[in-house]
Amino acid sequence: MISFTVNGKPVSVEDPPSTPLLWVLRDSLKLTGTKYGCGMALCGACTVHIDGEAVRSCVAPISRAEGKKITTIEGISSDLTHPLQEAWIEIEVPQCGYCQSGQIMSAAVLLRENPKPTDEDIDEAMSGNICRCGTYPRIRRAIHRAAEIQTQRSAK
Amino acid sequence: MTAIGFREPKRAEMKRRDFLKTTATLGSGLLISAYIPQWNKVTAKTLSGTSVDATHPFAPNAFVRIGTDDSITIIANHSEMGQGVYTSLPMLLAEDLECDWSKVRVEGAPVDAAYNHTAFGIQMTGGSTSTTSEYDRFRKMGAMARLMLVSAAAQSWNVDPQACHAEQGFVIHAASGKRASFGSLAELASQQTPPTNIPLKDPKEFTLIGKPVHRLDTPSKTNGTAQFGLDVYIPGMLTAVVARAPVFGGKVVSFKAEKAKAVPGVVNVSQVPSGVAVIASGFWPAKLGREELDITWNDGPGKDLSSVAMREEFAKTSRTPGLIARKVGDPSAAMAGAARKVTAEYEVPYLSHSMMEPLNTVVDLHEDRCEIWTGTQFQTGDRAAAAKVAGLKPEQVQIHTTLLGGGFGRRANPFSDFVSEAVEVAKVAKVPVKVVWTREDDIRGGWYRPMWYDHFEAGLDAQGNPVAWTHTIVGQSIMTGTMFESFGVKNGVDSASVEGAADILYGIPNVQVDLHSPKNLVPVQWWRSVGHSHTGFSVETFLDEVAHAGGKDPYQLRRTLLAGQPRMLAVLDLAAKKANWDSPLPAGRARGIAGHFSFDSYVAQVAEISIEKDGTLHVHKIVAAVDCGRVVNPDTVKAQIEGGIIFGLTAALKTEITLQNGRIQQSNFHNYPMLRMFEAPEIEVYIVESTEKPTGVGEPGVPPVAPAVANAILALTGKPIRRLPIKAEDLRSA
Repeated sequence: MISFTVNGKPVSVEDPPSTPLLWVLRDSLKLTGTKYGCGMALCGACTVHIDGEAVRSCVAPISRAEGKKITTIEGISSDLTHPLQEAWIEIEVPQCGYCQSGQIMSAAVLLRENPKPTDEDIDEAMSGNICRCGTYPRIRRAIHRAAEIQTQRSAK
Repeated sequence: MTAIGFREPKRAEMKRRDFLKTTATLGSGLLISAYIPQWNKVTAKTLSGTSVDATHPFAPNAFVRIGTDDSITIIANHSEMGQGVYTSLPMLLAEDLECDWSKVRVEGAPVDAAYNHTAFGIQMTGGSTSTTSEYDRFRKMGAMARLMLVSAAAQSWNVDPQACHAEQGFVIHAASGKRASFGSLAELASQQTPPTNIPLKDPKEFTLIGKPVHRLDTPSKTNGTAQFGLDVYIPGMLTAVVARAPVFGGKVVSFKAEKAKAVPGVVNVSQVPSGVAVIASGFWPAKLGREELDITWNDGPGKDLSSVAMREEFAKTSRTPGLIARKVGDPSAAMAGAARKVTAEYEVPYLSHSMMEPLNTVVDLHEDRCEIWTGTQFQTGDRAAAAKVAGLKPEQVQIHTTLLGGGFGRRANPFSDFVSEAVEVAKVAKVPVKVVWTREDDIRGGWYRPMWYDHFEAGLDAQGNPVAWTHTIVGQSIMTGTMFESFGVKNGVDSASVEGAADILYGIPNVQVDLHSPKNLVPVQWWRSVGHSHTGFSVETFLDEVAHAGGKDPYQLRRTLLAGQPRMLAVLDLAAKKANWDSPLPAGRARGIAGHFSFDSYVAQVAEISIEKDGTLHVHKIVAAVDCGRVVNPDTVKAQIEGGIIFGLTAALKTEITLQNGRIQQSNFHNYPMLRMFEAPEIEVYIVESTEKPTGVGEPGVPPVAPAVANAILALTGKPIRRLPIKAEDLRSA
C-alpha cells in the first residue's frame, strides 16, 4: 500500500510499487486529465507535479509518490481561474487538446519559478512537451499573457 | 454544465438509436422536407418515454434539441479532432436559429444515415470538407427550428407569425411587446407543422458566421475534463494490448502465454487475427504481460521489405512512362523544341500520423448488440466492420464518438483496422474491453503516408519561361482495394496520388503527368493533405529550379504563370507583400515562396531561414495567406493554418519511416521526432475576404511549407533540396 495526496486528497493505492504514476492516476484513481503519449518521458503529455516539481508521470514509479503531494491538471484550479487557464482560453490555444494538460502543468512550474519568462525561457521550459496539432506559437503567447495576469493579480 | 456533451456509458442509448433509424429509412439528410415531419412525430413519441430528453421536448430535426430550460443542444455529425467543428457547426445552426449563443452546448452524433456527409454519403470526417458539407444544412436546420418557435409563439398570442421575429433566444412580437423564451415555447413548437420553405438569413445580418467566436471545447481542454477515447471507463471493463506481427502480413505460428499470465493483473491471453491479445485489469499489467509473451511468427514475404531497395526501384520506375493522369498540348514536341531543359527528381518517405492520443477503442459486446466508444473519423465504415466481426447487423452496433486526440486521417481507416481488432478482442475477452495502442504500436503499425518518388522535366523557351512540363509520379495507391476505389480511381489512376500535380494551376501550354502505382505490403492511408503532401513539395520546389535555370525571380515567375488564376494570384501577392518579399534581408538569411491549391482552397507561404555552418537549419518565420471562401470562424482558420505549418515542418525537417528486413526502424519520439517549441517559427496568417462557398482549412496549410523552406535554402545556398526530410548533412558548408 502506497499513500500520498492527490490534489489535496489523501489516497492509498495497492498497485505494485513499480507501476508508473500515470497509470495509477488514470486506471486506479480515474483522474483522466493526465494523458499517455509515449511512455518514455519524450512528449510531456503526462506531466504532473510531485511536491511542486514537474514530473513525467509515465516513467515515475508510484513508489516515488509515497508521502508526497501530487498535483494533476484537475487540481490546478477548481474553476478555470488559474492564470494559465484564463490565458489558454483567451488565446484559444488548444486544438485537439490532448497534450494541453501536460503543457499547462509544465508552464505552471515555469511561471512559478520565473514570473516574467522570455521567449528563450519558454523554449527551455516547454521543449519537453510535444503538440502534434502545432499550437506552439499560441502556447508561447498564452504563457506571456498568463505572466501578465499573474503580475496584475499579485499587484492587487 | 460543460459545453461539450459526452454520452456517458448508458444502456438507454439503444432507444435513441431506434428513434434515429426511423429517419434514416426516409432518405438522406439532404432531403430535409421529406423526412422532418416523420422525424417530428417520432421525436414526440420517443421522448415522452425517456428521462434523458424529457426536458428537451423540441427536437425538430436530427441536429438540434431545445430544452424547457432554454438549453440548446446542437448535434455535431463531424468528429472534433482539433479543427474546431464542435464550434463552427453549432455557429452555423445558431446563426439561423437566432438563439442565445451562451446557452449552446454540443454533442457528438450517434451513427445514423441522417448524419451522413452531404457529398460522400457516409458518416465521416475527412478531406477538409466538414464546413463545405454542412454549411447549408446546419443553417437550414437552425432556420427550421426558428420558424417553428415563431409559429408556436404566434399561435399562443393569436397573432400573425409574420409579425414576430426571433432574437437572442426569444420570440418577440414587436407590436405588442410580447416576448417568450425558446424554452417556454419548446412544447408548443414541437406540435407545429414543420415548414417546407426555409429561407436563410442574408449574410449581411450575420452575428456569428465570420466572427472569431470562442471555441466551446476550450475550457474542458484546460482543466482535464475533455473526454477522449482513452478516458472512457465502463463498469467491468478490462484493458488489452495486442502483440502484432513485427512484419506486415506476418502471422502467429504459436505462442507461449505462461509467463504473461503470471503477471499480476493479467486475466486472459488469447490469439486474435492480428496477433495475440493480453487482457488485464489495466494498461500497465497488460503491457508487462505482453513483454513476457513468447511468440513464433511466420513473417511471410514482408520479411524482405527494405525502404532503400524500394527507393531504388521507385527511382528506376520514375524514368519510365506511367498511366496518363493529365495531358495538355504536345509535351514531347514542345520538349524537343525547347531552348533549354531542366530535370530533377524528388523523394519523400513513408510517414506516420502519430496523433498525440494513441489509438484506442472500448467495446461492450453482447449477443444482440455492441456498443463502441472511440475517437473515429469513419463512423459508417467502422460500424459495418464491427458488425461483420461481431456477427451482428449494423443497426445492432452503436458508436459513441469521443473527442479525438488528433486524427490527421489515421482514424478514418478504410478497413476500420483499430475498431475491427477491438471487436475481435472483445469476442475473446467476453467482458467490456478497452484496446490501447502504445506509441510503439502506433509508429510501427502501418497505414502510413505513402513513400513517393517524382521525376520531372521542364522545357524552357529562350526567355526562360517553361513551355513544357512532364511529371512522373511513383507511389502506392491509397484508394485501390478500398470502398473508395470506384469513386477515386479512374483508368488505374488514383486521384489521391496525382492531386496537386495533375491539376496544377500554372499556365504552361504543354503538360503531362503520369503515374506508377507499385504494390507492396506496407499499408498506406491518407495523411493530412494526402497526395498534396508530396506534390506540393515536388511541384513547387521544381518550379523554383525552373525559375533559377531561367534566371527568373520565383515569385515573379509564379505571377506570370498564374495570370488566369486570380484567387491563387491574390494569396501569392498577399503573402509576398506581408513578408516584404522585395526587401533585402540581413546576410545569411533568405526567403522562399510557395503556393498550393488543395481542398478547393488557395494558400501561399513565404519562409525565412538561415543555416549554421554545421548545417543546422533555422526556420525563423512563415507568412501565410489563405483564401478558403467564406470564413465561418476566422480564429479557427488561422489556428488550422498555423497547425498545418507546424505539421508540415515536422515532415519537412524531422520524420521518416524506414524499413529494413521488413522491420520498421522507428519506434517512439526519440527516433521519430516531432517539431518542438524551440524549433517553432513565428507564424503570421492572413485571410483573403471572400463570399465564395466555404472550402477546406484543415489540410491546405500543410503542402506549401516544405517547398517554401526548400526554396529559401536554394536561394541561400544555390543548392536544390530534392528529398525530405531535409537533413543537416545536406546543408553543411564544405
